[in-house]
Amino acid sequence: MRTTLGGGAETMSPNGFGQAAALRVEAREQVAENIISLTLADPSGNRLPPWTPGSHIDLILPNGMARQYSLCGNRWDTYHYRIAVLREPNGRGGSEWIHANVDEGDILGYGGPRNHFPMVPAEQYVFIAGGIGITPLISMIEQAVRTGRSWRLLFGGRSRQSMAFLEELERYTEHVHIAPQDEVGLLDLDDWIPGLDPGTKVYCCGPTGLLDVVESACRKCPPYTLHTERFEAPAHESSQDRSFILKLQRSGIELEVEPGTSTLDALSGAGIGIISSCRQGTCGTCEVPVVDGIPDHRDSVLDEVDRQAGDCMIACVSRAHTPQLTLDL
Amino acid sequence: MTTSTTPPQSFSRSDIDPYSLDNLLDRSRVQREVRETAPIVYLNEYGVYATGRYDTIREVFADWPHYQVGAGVGLANFHTEKPWRPPATPTETDPPEHDAPRRVLTEVLGMRALRRLREQWTEEAEEVVDRLLAAGEDIDAMADLASAFPLKVFPDAVGLPAENRNNLLAYGDLVFNAFGPQNEHFHSGAARLTELSQWVTTLCQRESLSPDGFGAKIWEASDRGELTADQAPLVVRSLLSAGIDTTVHGIAAILHAFATNPDEWQRLRSEPQLARRAFDEAVRWASPLQFVFHTTSKRVELEGVELDQHSKVMLLIGAGNRDPRRWDDGDEFTLTRDPSGHLGFGMGLHQCVGQHVARLEAEALLTVLIDKVSHIELAGTPQRGVNNTLQTWKTLPIRLTT
Repeated sequence: MRTTLGGGAETMSPNGFGQAAALRVEAREQVAENIISLTLADPSGNRLPPWTPGSHIDLILPNGMARQYSLCGNRWDTYHYRIAVLREPNGRGGSEWIHANVDEGDILGYGGPRNHFPMVPAEQYVFIAGGIGITPLISMIEQAVRTGRSWRLLFGGRSRQSMAFLEELERYTEHVHIAPQDEVGLLDLDDWIPGLDPGTKVYCCGPTGLLDVVESACRKCPPYTLHTERFEAPAHESSQDRSFILKLQRSGIELEVEPGTSTLDALSGAGIGIISSCRQGTCGTCEVPVVDGIPDHRDSVLDEVDRQAGDCMIACVSRAHTPQLTLDL
Repeated sequence: MTTSTTPPQSFSRSDIDPYSLDNLLDRSRVQREVRETAPIVYLNEYGVYATGRYDTIREVFADWPHYQVGAGVGLANFHTEKPWRPPATPTETDPPEHDAPRRVLTEVLGMRALRRLREQWTEEAEEVVDRLLAAGEDIDAMADLASAFPLKVFPDAVGLPAENRNNLLAYGDLVFNAFGPQNEHFHSGAARLTELSQWVTTLCQRESLSPDGFGAKIWEASDRGELTADQAPLVVRSLLSAGIDTTVHGIAAILHAFATNPDEWQRLRSEPQLARRAFDEAVRWASPLQFVFHTTSKRVELEGVELDQHSKVMLLIGAGNRDPRRWDDGDEFTLTRDPSGHLGFGMGLHQCVGQHVARLEAEALLTVLIDKVSHIELAGTPQRGVNNTLQTWKTLPIRLTT
């Protein structure tokens, strides 16, 4: 348990994982037609970084695809993440791959958790979900219950069979309106949006069509009433645990970061000691300045603007999209 | 004091009083006794459990569902005692209430905000140091440097008015004393409690804050509904309570470290890129925040000991930061060491959200001193300050040679 400068091989993180972050699939369950849920854990049995409702993780698939999935498990269980994956035959291939290939025991790379859809304090909440859009809302509902806020959920989908978490929602019958399209047609928002009490926040996640309709329905609401999450393809959707070359501009060192070794440990192995703390990408202590190349950000701390700027990265978990990365070290 | 924590007879107990004057002036005896007696020790004097072991402290920090902060991060147990002020936000709130304030602070103190300040703070550091050097070699590093610099740059960054900033130190001293028992050290500051609390409460209001600082950004977040209007002033208050004294004493610690380890100063001068490491090593070595408490949310086992629900657990950060099970020669201040993973900023969910601000302040000051000062040495015997929670210097006479 001792850390010494320059002792790359001996360097061990205080919480026991020196490799780039990975998750092990503990359970795969069919939770609706075309939807599976995956329960994920740290392969060494360590605690996972904490998260808040609305957070997602990036799953990094062995074929290089990186996909974002909302966390929908119990945040008080600090050892497991749970996600739900809808098989999208017309999607970009990530969900198809997961459905076809991922089994219990598999190890997948991951980044995050990050939250671009945070739950803000409110007196009451209106949740509107379309299909798989229920995933981030399920933990928000849990939170609303826990904090004693009043809430309602409008949940639309093609058919009951295609809608996940109906069983979990059964105990909240009086708060939940389930609206399968094959039974009741398209979601009717008229009873939900106009005349909202002040102090109500609306959280909506689902297909673009639904988000557009809800956005226009909320146009007359006070500012900041509506919160939506749109999953859009990130600029760099491929992400792999492949090796890359790290060039250190000031010290003139060049080194290779192997798959399974973190950037931080590679630096330490080369005698460049960077102060770190959490080793989970959550505290930001080991930020390093990037001067060339595109970082593959996998931390939870940098915001979108910092990530896009690409002029720094969190060395304990992040890697490179480009074959080379030059750091100002 | 809580009475819910009555351990079985087989239990490791100690009569040591971490808050007696002797033990506040020199923490080493308490650190050693609690750490070496057992992983968990019951402190008879206060009816609380304590741990000084690195791994055990980390476990408590990491297991946030079982070890909560909502009952106060001081000795008082809010399950049975009424706090003297509204609990600190987010420092004394657990999830889910913790989420929004923490998120807003993380954003306000984020990387971009800090990058904007880097150059400015280095210039400020240069002014402070130049002025000092012009006045003569011998200074009281506590007043002239360790307090003077953070008291200038941080309140500016928050957007506070220029008047009465020394009150912030008095307020911080009071807050951190109040995390201990209501002893003479607490009472010595408590005379000003009402006055200072009112003053700080006023400072936290939107009208008191300049439009471009951290404080105004917190209020803007509440305009966007990311915080409630009640939370906004408490989040600003957390900057003023947690952001001043800890940094002041962290900077004092590093000046003391170099004054007493002249070789390390020479080494830093030849390898200035070690400045960040130096500060973290000083925070490990001196642990300005010595004690923090968590409270069990339910019955839980820790190191083979059953802790009842709502038991207070005292974490001796200073002891863990020198625990020989984790650190070789932990009592030494050395730039050879990688201090990564030290507990000086806490760990996990509640890890200090302002740690990067503190590092930046220290780095700015060190960068300037490296440039201008060839030797730092003690110019007299430093005098410890007395505070129930913080490890402080009252005076730190040093000589700066250009």
